[in-house]
Amino acid sequence: MNSAFNSPTWHKLKWPLAALMLVLLYNYFYTPGFFQIEMKAGRLFGSLIDVLNRAAPVMIISLGMTLVIATGGVDLSVGAVMAISGAIAALLIAKGFALPLVLMISLGVAIVAGVWNGLLIGYFKVPPIVATLILMVSGRGVAQLLTGGNHIPFKHAGFEFIGRGYLAAIPFAAVLTLLLFITFVIISKRTAAGLFIEATGDNEVASRYAGVQTRVVQFAVYAACSLCAGIAGLIATANLAEADPSAAGIGLELDAILAVVIGGTALQGGRYFLAGSLMGAILLQTLTTTILTRGVPTQWTQVVKALVIIIVCLLQSEVFRRSFQRKPATA
Amino acid sequence: MADATALLQLRGISKGFPGVKALSDVQLTIRRGEIHSLMGENGAGKSTLIKVLTGVYRRDGGEILLNGTSIDARSPEEAQRLGISTVYQEVNLIPHLSVAENICLGRQTTTLGFLKWKEIRQRAEKALARLGIEIDVTETVSNYSIAIQQLVAIARALDIDAKVLILDEPTSSLDEKEVEALFTVLRKLKAEGLGIVFVTHFLDQVYAVSDRITVLRNGTYVGEYEAALLPRLQLISKMMGKELSELEMKAADRVATKAGVTPFLKLKQVGRKGSLKPLDLEIAAGEIVGLSGLLGSGRTETARIVFGLDRADCGELQLDGKAISITSPRQASGLKFGFCPEDRKVQAIIPNLSVRENIVLALQANRGWMGYVSRPTQIQLADKFIKALNIKTPNPEQPIRLLSGGNQQKVILARWLASNPRLLILDEPTRGIDVGAKLEIEKLMAQLTGEGMAILFISSDLEETVRNSHRVVVLRDRQKVCELRGEEISEKNIMHAIAASDSDQ
Ligand SMILES: Nc1ncnc2c1ncn2[C@@H]1O[C@H](COP(=O)(O)OP(=O)(O)OP(=O)(O)O)[C@@H](O)[C@H]1O
Ligand SMILES: [Mg+2]
Repeated sequence: MNSAFNSPTWHKLKWPLAALMLVLLYNYFYTPGFFQIEMKAGRLFGSLIDVLNRAAPVMIISLGMTLVIATGGVDLSVGAVMAISGAIAALLIAKGFALPLVLMISLGVAIVAGVWNGLLIGYFKVPPIVATLILMVSGRGVAQLLTGGNHIPFKHAGFEFIGRGYLAAIPFAAVLTLLLFITFVIISKRTAAGLFIEATGDNEVASRYAGVQTRVVQFAVYAACSLCAGIAGLIATANLAEADPSAAGIGLELDAILAVVIGGTALQGGRYFLAGSLMGAILLQTLTTTILTRGVPTQWTQVVKALVIIIVCLLQSEVFRRSFQRKPATA
Repeated sequence: MADATALLQLRGISKGFPGVKALSDVQLTIRRGEIHSLMGENGAGKSTLIKVLTGVYRRDGGEILLNGTSIDARSPEEAQRLGISTVYQEVNLIPHLSVAENICLGRQTTTLGFLKWKEIRQRAEKALARLGIEIDVTETVSNYSIAIQQLVAIARALDIDAKVLILDEPTSSLDEKEVEALFTVLRKLKAEGLGIVFVTHFLDQVYAVSDRITVLRNGTYVGEYEAALLPRLQLISKMMGKELSELEMKAADRVATKAGVTPFLKLKQVGRKGSLKPLDLEIAAGEIVGLSGLLGSGRTETARIVFGLDRADCGELQLDGKAISITSPRQASGLKFGFCPEDRKVQAIIPNLSVRENIVLALQANRGWMGYVSRPTQIQLADKFIKALNIKTPNPEQPIRLLSGGNQQKVILARWLASNPRLLILDEPTRGIDVGAKLEIEKLMAQLTGEGMAILFISSDLEETVRNSHRVVVLRDRQKVCELRGEEISEKNIMHAIAASDSDQ
């Protein structure tokens, strides 16, 4: 037997993968042209490419969210952080700042937001839902104050590249997602960070007794998650070529959390699966795109999504699966 | 084959887990009015047998008869309704509820749906009084020590009108006094006709109360014996499957090594308000210092201060002659201290992580996240300790929660040994560990101190303390009462020191 098909990662990945295959299969038969990919002016176009491009922000956030959830926490403020980083970037560009400075400042602010969450949660022991809810609500307010409640449109080819550009025929946002994914995997597998995160999420007290700096771990994961949200905010803003703090990233925190859960990371914390989270994000976007291209009334989008999610989560539940394979107790 | 006097009969029980055959064709017969000890090494299948009986696990095969009729409990609640009351090895109280609520949970008395709080409280107090303890039953359970929690779990089980009472290592954290109180209750219940199943690794306790003994080995049934007719050494060899000569038992009798002379760690009038009165303590390289005293006497509190879990608020800690303050376990572990805590479930195991990850955790934490211990090294370390401590696991990747209690304890010990500390604090390290493994661990301690490690050894088992320590510090009421060395170290002297200070005052 191939050991790759025995690993826990594969074990967790197979259900969202199967769901994705099903949705794709459906499209293969019922959505004409879904699998068509064209090369136009050195760029790839098509529904599948579109899915990747649109899923990029949620995929990126879901990477950071995976680490947060692995420590047993949750970050509800990612949507607000997206709005803040986008607003700051747009304002700085309008003021004529150089691109590297724009990126550094807007992402720097995102990290500060994460450290703030980490401080409340790691140091003051505020429950993660409450701590990040505070930023979720107040953060968007801050973004709106920064822009005076207006949309901030801009023109800047370099910055717009982040959200609209293509690298080697592939949307730059998708390339960026892949790079971030690889970085997260390396940090998880080639340093001890993965062990510390999983240990903290699985038993915080015991981890501390073993010498793990659980507080530092919490700071780090919330900072990483906020950084991801900041990057996603830049992508979204660049894509629209305007900052819209009242709409940017609305509801994305829930999509990211769902992606993580579909991907097999449990909300109680512990083991985490980055590839699973990406798969979850892609599944969600494929569903949305399918529903849109099929011309299903948009009211149905949430219902269909919810159904698919329930099925995947139930399939991952050991108890649920076992109830179908009851063995007789006595021989 | 049905035994007329049998109250409970288990026949041909088998149970497998992925990669492990935990039980095969095991039998157990409990008669009315007997105390029956279930014995076996760590991982022999004792707890699994109990869980199969009480519906925590579904059995793969076999038959269970209660009063001659076949039963098949599908959950612990159902087993309880059938008259089987159980204290599981891993105490499962609800940590955020009060002691009273935990004891009366699921059987509260109500009037028109309202809880009668006063009655609940009184009932809980009465249940605990039977075991000779008086505590505030309105206090949250998790605020009490593991020993009290164990007593609460026992009181809960005793509070039920049962035909069969099962106790899986109920005494692992208890002192002699509590054990005696428990035994008194057990003898009374036995006289009332209850069948009692008792699991422990303390041979003294086995012989003190049991009428019969059933021995398991590697998931198989070895035999059932009259306790009075089975000498200790024979019991041990039946459990281990090999002869253990008297000589070998003696060989590990007393630490052979000489302790170093110059202490590297000194506590000078170190104390903490409400938990420890100021005390002096010194420990030298190669020395085993035993900390003795009753529950709550300040043993664990001393350890917690040294390991940076609690802060001392007076006195001075000196390491290698320099005053230091230790403020976190991380810092302590950086100073090459190690601490094996007493509450395995809450303070030690990372349940869903593998045996390998649990073993490397302290070492890795010490090296920091960038100092990654490579995968091959991790596997090597894990294999080394699995062999050295004879840890029973199908493979190093098994989540630790699936190991038997004693084997989990060995993994935690391995965690700190792997970090190669200078000072190792062991708080009840042999809790739940079988006789053979205890000897192995004692030998290992002697060997490590021979190589220069210092060990602060906390144990409720006086015999063990006497056998292993170069020096014994006796605590009472959060205060150091005396220090015994050399020939002064004996069970009698320790007991005397614990008790005598009363008359001194
Ligand atoms: N849920 C489980 N999944 C897989 N293996 C298990 C599970 N429960 C127990 N085992 C294995 O079954 C064997 C018997 O375990 P059990 O807990 O019954 O031992 P025990 O006799 O109670 O030991 P101890 O004295 O250490 O408590 C062990 O090898 C253990 O690893
Ligand atoms: Mg057991």
